[in-house]
Amino acid sequence: MRGLIAIYRKEMGHYFVSPIAYMVAGVFLVLTGFFFYQFVVLFMENALQATMQGMRMGRPPEIDVPGLVIRNFFGLLGTVVLFVAPMLTMGNYTEEKKRGTMELLMTSPLRELDIVLGKFLATLSLFALMLLPTALYQAVLFLSSEPRPPWRLILAGYLGVLLLGGVLIALGGFLSSLTENQIVASMTTFGLFLMLWVIDIGARGSSSAMGEVLQYVSILRHYDDFTRGVIDTSGLVFYASMIVLGLFLTHRSVDALRWRRA
Amino acid sequence: MIEVQNLSKAFGAVHAVEDVSFTVGKGEILGFLGPNGAGKTTTMRVLTGYLPATSGTAKIAGYDVHESSLEVRRRIGYLPEHPPLYPDMSVASYLDFVARIKGVPAATRAGRVDAALEMANIADKRKELIKRLSKGYKQRVGLAQALVHNPDVIILDEPTIGLDPKQIIEVRHLIKSLAGSHTIILSTHILPEVSMTCDRVVIINKGRVAAVDTPANLTAQLKGAERVRVEGRAVSRDTGAAALDAEIFALLQEVPGVRSVEMPSMDARRHFVATVECQPEYEDIRGALAAKVVSAGHELLELRSLRLSLEDIFLQLTTEDSAAPAEGKKR
Repeated sequence: MRGLIAIYRKEMGHYFVSPIAYMVAGVFLVLTGFFFYQFVVLFMENALQATMQGMRMGRPPEIDVPGLVIRNFFGLLGTVVLFVAPMLTMGNYTEEKKRGTMELLMTSPLRELDIVLGKFLATLSLFALMLLPTALYQAVLFLSSEPRPPWRLILAGYLGVLLLGGVLIALGGFLSSLTENQIVASMTTFGLFLMLWVIDIGARGSSSAMGEVLQYVSILRHYDDFTRGVIDTSGLVFYASMIVLGLFLTHRSVDALRWRRA
Repeated sequence: MIEVQNLSKAFGAVHAVEDVSFTVGKGEILGFLGPNGAGKTTTMRVLTGYLPATSGTAKIAGYDVHESSLEVRRRIGYLPEHPPLYPDMSVASYLDFVARIKGVPAATRAGRVDAALEMANIADKRKELIKRLSKGYKQRVGLAQALVHNPDVIILDEPTIGLDPKQIIEVRHLIKSLAGSHTIILSTHILPEVSMTCDRVVIINKGRVAAVDTPANLTAQLKGAERVRVEGRAVSRDTGAAALDAEIFALLQEVPGVRSVEMPSMDARRHFVATVECQPEYEDIRGALAAKVVSAGHELLELRSLRLSLEDIFLQLTTEDSAAPAEGKKR
């Protein structure tokens, strides 16, 4: 446990002085801020038109603007996270190997699990910190809406993003543990996530048996439930098991470093 | 303290280390000497639990390095060939991190970090970022890292590489001062380092142990006969170069106590260099040699006794045709 905390502290300290972390967080916030603004404008306009139409027809409009913004915003967040996560994980193990510090960690009285979990939790924390400013957007929306949007929707959305991020960080960490090169790590991670994304798009349109299987394994499909405010056990179990799988593979891969020529 | 038995390590078809055995007593300094690629680093990596052995066993403080790796890792400090540093950390926070992962309790951690800074003589750089340090300082931070948890066993892979001569002397003193309370293995390909710091030497070549002994014993054992190098200029008497060669050769051979003479043919300026091997019974024949050359009317330019240094032993042990003495082969 002490080893895990030491690794976690070291990783967090590293992120705070790393230009990559600031750059990724900056790009992430600009993108999400822009889209949030766009969604608000878009749905306000829609609502306005619908209201005018409704007045002509003599019926009051039924458009839930805050709900639509929140749902669409989280939907978009999921896609952005697919592209951002590889940047966060690419240096996890590659840097250690390149600097030779893996040799220090591996010859210290640390369990491999301490190293793997310490790094995973640190990256996840950084990711959570990156998400924090987006809560400000939600707060503005929440406070200026009448009636207030259900806070459950917002919380479920954040839980979903964190779980999705956890899966991507666990898988990205695994790919990073396989190579010594940051570029290779980020490209393979990015490729894998892109594939997951494409599978998701393919699965949505299809109604065949294959399509249904793909829908079940698609990591974004479960994410959709969260953006609709539904916290489903199958989604929780799916994400938890994906995270455990990623961490397990990373653990095996770190363990295997001893076996390979270093 | 350290027992290595029939240790072998193969990477695929390449045998990096083959059948290496040695022991190190508590408080001893063992030097690991060998040319680059001899298997020094691989052996150390096996000892530190970084690589598993293909066969054979290694024990540190009674714990098998493979079976009880964690127990072993608790007891060792290791400086790899390239010091494992985090460039973005300050020296003090780096040592604090290492102390944490080595399991130094919180109560003594700050004290241990200070002690390590002091020992490596880098206390004035404690706030500096590691990436701003020169190579010599980085190496010393690496050394401090290996000492921070006060381990029983210290394994140093080429600890003086990249240091300037003054720092090298400091580090050697530090290593010597650690002996007694710590057991130390250090590897090097710098020979004086071994004779200066180590109690015993393991000479390793192509993955095999070529010799294990004290530096003094190794020198004595392989000393053989004393040799003298004679350099001079033949004074011309209108004879051909070949005849002069023969004359000088015969002259040197006549000196009592000379067993053999080795002399390449002289150059155009009649400059000769001969290596004379003495019979062991004779104490010092340099005086006799000088008298002989001068009395024959030739000029004596230099006379030097060739002691077999650790360098020669090393070359003898690590080159294929070890029969010929190192100096004679150069010409």
